[in-house]
Amino acid sequence: MKDVIEGRVWVLGTDVDTDQIISGKYLTIIDPNELKKHVFEIALPEFAAEARAGDIIVAEENFACGSSREHAPQAMRAIGVGAVLADSFARIFYRNAINLGIPTVEAKGVRRIFEKGDTARIEMSAGRITNLRTGAFVTFPPLPHHLLDLLEAGGLVEKVRAELEARKAAAGAA
Amino acid sequence: MTASNGHGMNMAEKILARAGGLDHVVPGQIVEGNVDLAMMHEQGAQTVLPFHQMGAETVWDPDRVVIAIDHWVPASTEGAAVLHRILRKFAAETHLPHFYDVGNHGICHQILAENGWVVPGDLAVGTDSHTNMLGAMGAVAAGIGPTEMAAVLALGRLWLKVPPTIQVRVRGTFGPGVFAKDLILRILGEVKTTGATYKAVEFTGPTIAALSMPERFTICNMTTEMGAKTGMVAPDETTFDYLRPIAKHSMHPLLSDADATYERVIDIDVTDMPPMVACPYSPDNVRPLPDVVREHVRVDQVFLGSCTNARIEDLREGAAMMKGHKVAPGVRFIVSPASTKIYQQCLAEGIIETFTEAGAVFTNSSCSACFGGNMGILAPEEVCASSSNRNFPGRMGAKEARIYLLSPAATVAAAIRGELTDPRDLM
Repeated sequence: MKDVIEGRVWVLGTDVDTDQIISGKYLTIIDPNELKKHVFEIALPEFAAEARAGDIIVAEENFACGSSREHAPQAMRAIGVGAVLADSFARIFYRNAINLGIPTVEAKGVRRIFEKGDTARIEMSAGRITNLRTGAFVTFPPLPHHLLDLLEAGGLVEKVRAELEARKAAAGAA
Repeated sequence: MTASNGHGMNMAEKILARAGGLDHVVPGQIVEGNVDLAMMHEQGAQTVLPFHQMGAETVWDPDRVVIAIDHWVPASTEGAAVLHRILRKFAAETHLPHFYDVGNHGICHQILAENGWVVPGDLAVGTDSHTNMLGAMGAVAAGIGPTEMAAVLALGRLWLKVPPTIQVRVRGTFGPGVFAKDLILRILGEVKTTGATYKAVEFTGPTIAALSMPERFTICNMTTEMGAKTGMVAPDETTFDYLRPIAKHSMHPLLSDADATYERVIDIDVTDMPPMVACPYSPDNVRPLPDVVREHVRVDQVFLGSCTNARIEDLREGAAMMKGHKVAPGVRFIVSPASTKIYQQCLAEGIIETFTEAGAVFTNSSCSACFGGNMGILAPEEVCASSSNRNFPGRMGAKEARIYLLSPAATVAAAIRGELTDPRDLM
């Protein structure tokens, strides 16, 4: 994970639930490259066609509340979303996104300093998000080590794989 | 009340301390918790790839894993059939014996409840957001995603941040036509959809103590809509009586200490509380039902179902109201029991006959119309009265469709009159 992330901003409001990110009718799709065609279909209909790798999602309160569906962050990862920022997140989405290795940052007031198309700069270890057009910024407490480790590893799959390999190596050496 | 000498722990803290093998924990602390029960529904199909990518070969404890398919039962699309097939193959390969497949199926949370899979003191996780419902057993029960479930299957544990707890103390007796659903809607109207994010919600007080297990399930179920990690009720004789004949493993109840710490305490008195309704487009947009009834809200569809409110008690209540009435012309009324067992009870008690003679459609057990991906899908501009749990835009189909969340009795009243109706007018 890069310590400084920059990207073009898309903005969303409060209580954008997972149905508005990936609708219930698409839940039988498991190929992320198919899913990404429908991401934000209800909340931001132009997103799927216009988004490009590195874009940053900036939402207000309670982003991605609702269901536990991992289809939502998987579709974002397939697009190549660079980071997801919000004033606050729903808990399952927050875990899912970090587990998939997507930098996910909760920062109070972040939505207010951006408009669609602005460029955001996120300094992960400094805990600062800046709007490069206006200079406005907000700060956030750096992520706990536990979560930074997960992002550094590239996500939960990589972290568990390393643990299982270490376990096997230890068993082999014993 | 929120003061503490720093030693007392509440239920959620005690359960996570036990799961983490610790004597004491405080909110904010990260715990590596051993899982007592892991549940997967169709989303479990997405755990298979990460499970293999992790290099895992065996499941940590097959007797603590339940698979219960429920969203598309029987498979209604080729995609759903593929998900089911992936799960059946995975269960066979990894020797998972507890698979509730078509014919023995039900909504995953109801399957866990009625088969005693979650007991007091447990840490339970499931690939569905409404796993919170099982907290009614006096457990910490939380929803997780499929990649995280793959790690749980491989390791038998996951990290959890010890949540601050909101205590909701309820007193008073429900009037006629007022139910547990009305109580949780009222609390949602106060706490709002973000008010319990990352937190545990512990329900207590004389009203809660007097509730049956099905009513406690309804209340804990909708803590998900407050953003909560889990909703909980302290285990008592009601819990033990419910679980004793069915518990799959031994109970290890943990209760909040008298000097436990709570982030917030909310007092609710249900005396004189009217039936409530959550209006579009959020489950926290809650108003007293009589106020909304005055606006003459016509309905196109009524849904009595979902993990929130489709237990035998809900369907008995609904059938008693339905008896002697017909579904209003132009209204589609869908009734979907929460499990096959409940379906059989409805058959034996004449409940299916009552509903179908009135003009309702009584479906097999599944999540049914609740999630807009299987059946009972709404067209734009349509209005639905529903006993389910969410009414965000697009939840049951078209994003413009309007969903009103109600108690089972109030949904049946809407089916009879063809518009939102105070169930007390029909009692």
